[in-house]
Amino acid sequence: MEILKKYPKLFQWLFLLIVFFALCFAIDVPETYKFIRGQAEFVKDPNQSTFVFLGKEVRYYAFDVFWRLPPLLGWLPIWINDSLFFLMNDWMPMEFWNEDTQEFKTRPLVLQITRNLTAFMTFLIELIREILLGGLETIVAFTSWDWIDTNPWAELPGLPWTIVAAGSAILAYKLGGRGLAIFAGLAMTYISIFGQWKPSMQTLSFILVAAPLSFIFGLSLGIAAFKSKRVEKALYPILLVMQTMPQYAVLVPALVLFGVGDHAAVIITMIVAVPPMILLTLLGLRAVPPEVIEAGRMSGCNNWQLMFKVLIPTARRDILIGVNQVIMVCFSMAVISAFIGAKGLGFNLLLALNQLNIGLALEAGLCISLIAILLDKMSLAWANKQVDYFGNLNFFQRNKNSLFFGLIMIIGIALAYFGSFYFKDGYNYLFEVPHNKGISTANFWNKGVDWIFDTFFVYIKAFNTWLIVEVLQPMRALYLRMPAIATIVLVVGAGYLIGGTRSALVVCGLTLFIALSPWWDRALVTTYMATFGVIVSCIIGFTVGTLCFQNKHSTKFMLNVCDIFQTFPSFVYLIPVMMLFGITDTSVLIAVIVYATIPATRYTIEGLRSVPSGLHDAATMSGVTKFQRLFKIEFPLAFPHMMLGLNQTIVFALFMVIIGAFIGTEDLGQYILKALSDKKGAGIGLTLGICVAFIGLIFDNLIRTWVDKRKKHLGID
Amino acid sequence: MSEPVIKCESVYKIFGENAETMLKEANGNVDAKTFQENGCIVGVNNASFEVSKGEMLVVMGLSGSGKSTLLRCISRLTDATGGKIFIEGQDLLNLNNKELIDLRRNKMGMVFQSFALLPHKTVVENIAFPLQIKGINTEESINKAMDMVKLVGLDGRENYFPRELSGGQQQRVGIARSLAVEPDIWFLDEPFSALDPLIRKEMQDEFLRLQEKLQKTIMFITHDFDEALKLADRIAIMKDGIIEQLDTPANIVLNPATEYVRKFTEEVPREKVLLIEDVMDSSTTEHMGNLKVLKDEIIENVAEKILTQEKTVAVIDNNNNIVGSINPTKIINTVFGGRKNNN
Repeated sequence: MEILKKYPKLFQWLFLLIVFFALCFAIDVPETYKFIRGQAEFVKDPNQSTFVFLGKEVRYYAFDVFWRLPPLLGWLPIWINDSLFFLMNDWMPMEFWNEDTQEFKTRPLVLQITRNLTAFMTFLIELIREILLGGLETIVAFTSWDWIDTNPWAELPGLPWTIVAAGSAILAYKLGGRGLAIFAGLAMTYISIFGQWKPSMQTLSFILVAAPLSFIFGLSLGIAAFKSKRVEKALYPILLVMQTMPQYAVLVPALVLFGVGDHAAVIITMIVAVPPMILLTLLGLRAVPPEVIEAGRMSGCNNWQLMFKVLIPTARRDILIGVNQVIMVCFSMAVISAFIGAKGLGFNLLLALNQLNIGLALEAGLCISLIAILLDKMSLAWANKQVDYFGNLNFFQRNKNSLFFGLIMIIGIALAYFGSFYFKDGYNYLFEVPHNKGISTANFWNKGVDWIFDTFFVYIKAFNTWLIVEVLQPMRALYLRMPAIATIVLVVGAGYLIGGTRSALVVCGLTLFIALSPWWDRALVTTYMATFGVIVSCIIGFTVGTLCFQNKHSTKFMLNVCDIFQTFPSFVYLIPVMMLFGITDTSVLIAVIVYATIPATRYTIEGLRSVPSGLHDAATMSGVTKFQRLFKIEFPLAFPHMMLGLNQTIVFALFMVIIGAFIGTEDLGQYILKALSDKKGAGIGLTLGICVAFIGLIFDNLIRTWVDKRKKHLGID
Repeated sequence: MSEPVIKCESVYKIFGENAETMLKEANGNVDAKTFQENGCIVGVNNASFEVSKGEMLVVMGLSGSGKSTLLRCISRLTDATGGKIFIEGQDLLNLNNKELIDLRRNKMGMVFQSFALLPHKTVVENIAFPLQIKGINTEESINKAMDMVKLVGLDGRENYFPRELSGGQQQRVGIARSLAVEPDIWFLDEPFSALDPLIRKEMQDEFLRLQEKLQKTIMFITHDFDEALKLADRIAIMKDGIIEQLDTPANIVLNPATEYVRKFTEEVPREKVLLIEDVMDSSTTEHMGNLKVLKDEIIENVAEKILTQEKTVAVIDNNNNIVGSINPTKIINTVFGGRKNNN
């Protein structure tokens, strides 16, 4: 009894676990139960039960409700789908003036709006693309096809790669100095020489539209939420779901609304990239000290000046993290949106992966990562730029960058012009190195992969088999063996023990949604993969983080490594693992582990760093050893922050598991991927996305509630 | 005397949801306790006073006494719940947004306890900020700001960022920024509280030097009674939102109005605060020695001289007219005499 009084929480948890396992053992696996693989759900089976709701028929295998809940929400995807189609094709038909045919045409309102929106996006993308690569579309947008036929000279010629490369180096110099300029120049030259110029510029033009638009929207919505409680309350739930919604899942409904192509990709990218921007803007603005605001007011700022000259610059640190996130998401989406027909490096990457041409995939992935890092660093440098008021400069010094760029323009054009005489075989290398004419290292990499396979095949295969047979299969079987009721009891009980009734109700609602959807089994598989990834990531991340923290240089080094790795688009992680492990679950899991280790490491280091140095000294003075200090002082205090890292790790892991469907897994991601090629996939895709988001949110809710309590207990902020 | 620059008439500031209706119902008789029971917190309770041109009013009180709230009402960073505030005759609470901004851009400057500098701007940019907000072009505002940099003695550091400066230097920037638009009214909210004692003393002297030169109308907030005595023309002592006493430093030390004020004055070395004028007899006698002292002299500075005299010493004003006399025993009484039973 003594112990029970001393550790009441411990016994509550024990009791919860006992109930959970008791339920697991008490409820037998029904004899008819089996995990439904791939195509089985399309087969009409007389054993299936059906029900009709809202005129939609749902077919399912009925089990004891304790084992699996019936999919009472099965009508939801069909209903969403029908509603979307109704909105697009039948709702509010109106007369619109058609420019091409010069007559009024009846069109549904939503269709008209989305088409106008996409036309606008297409125009923006084409404008930048044609400045970089040349083309007709922009001129045509202002005139007509007939006009361009009679005036062929008006076609935009595009800039020679030399000018773009030198131009970006000059811009980088102006923003961030010599180091950045060298990096920019080298990166661009690399891209050109290796024949990735055209797809790279296509991707770049996509990003140059998507990133600024996302930034502007995110910032303005963040400001609106900061100014009005009501806006914030309305936005908050959407933001929460979007934070954990896999990017794949957004593709499907957008496909219906906006069609296929770059413009749709830009809109989806904005949908994904805006929420973190809003959150970080809000966070930053909230953290501005009240006295700074008062100082701004007393300086006579009006509301506008207060916002843009005082609040936003003071909140710059958080807003910059937001910009970084936006850029990250944009590049990630640049690859993923290749699924819905966006051109550029992403498309090449997907194609190469599909053909298992690891070398080509690696090259494309490298180019994307290079551009991502470059843009990230340039945006950072831009925000930190300083004005020199006292330098007494002459005309040349003040305008040296513009003058230099002018010079480069002339030289570049001249070179391209001479190039057209020098290179007789039709390819002007000084204008653009064609895709198949650059230096390619693909063969080298492919040979490397082959060599690795030939040499280590036995070991890799042994490891692979061991992992799958001894670890993954049993783990997966265990997860699938859980009766639905037991799982719900476990989750709700955990919610109650951590956060009281409120938390319990929230997680109960989220879990029920998944349990009542037709994909409970799949959700379990997703969870099992994510769990495995998260556990390994956390072990690696916490260990590496703690080790690196022992030394200032290694801390800094590790944080930089995390920064760079975070800039890689998530898809890129699939390349090396496919290289080593081929198309197996192991590949996906290793990608998950690598990807999810980033936040685990980063938050461990940051958590340890946030321990006040005073405490550090106090501990040292009371004569603790290094280990005692670590375990008695630093870990307990850093733990809440580390748990936030766990939260991020879970989200990252879920994202990667879903993306891993591209390699072939049997979880929710596979269905999302399938929905992409399904005409009626929009509803399914969205519901699946929400399911994944809810898995994330269950953990998010539990961890956040715990962290808040713990922080209050420890008296940290 | 001309129109007071700042004039408050029974100003109230009450925080809480139905503060206004409660204030109306209270009918001028605000009791902090009953308000608190109804979920309202009284920040400023019936404050009435005037500050005339070139005068420095120091508002002194411990934390939570409502002194900062009072200052924010007068600068209208928060709106007072009741009462009237006049700035140079203009009714502050009736100004619209544009007029208020105009007033702040041209008439008011404020210094903050935590400096409140903009972290992304350099020293000179911070100081030029109010000018640029006003719409003055970059070159002119930077030039003006450079003058201010020199005024507060930060030359050579104009391109530093606030994070690269010490606390004292940061507050110099804050002071320079608040003075950049050449305001008539200067608000200082515990400007030296975050500084360590030596720097604080240095900054106080610097501040007195500046005020000598600039002759602004000042409201200065502090929780340090010694600082108040050192700087003030008049001191207002606040407790629980109420101004307990508003008077010259000498009168506060000599005649504390309430028990609360008396506690502060107990430990104050009188000779450092009181002037000859405050303790002299206004009657003159025949038997005065050759020594003459100015009536504005602080006792401490002349005590030794007076004590060497056996006769009564004559007190003169700036024009060398004899206005009173002082007996050495009076000095002894003031310096060493029983503080408890004086007067």
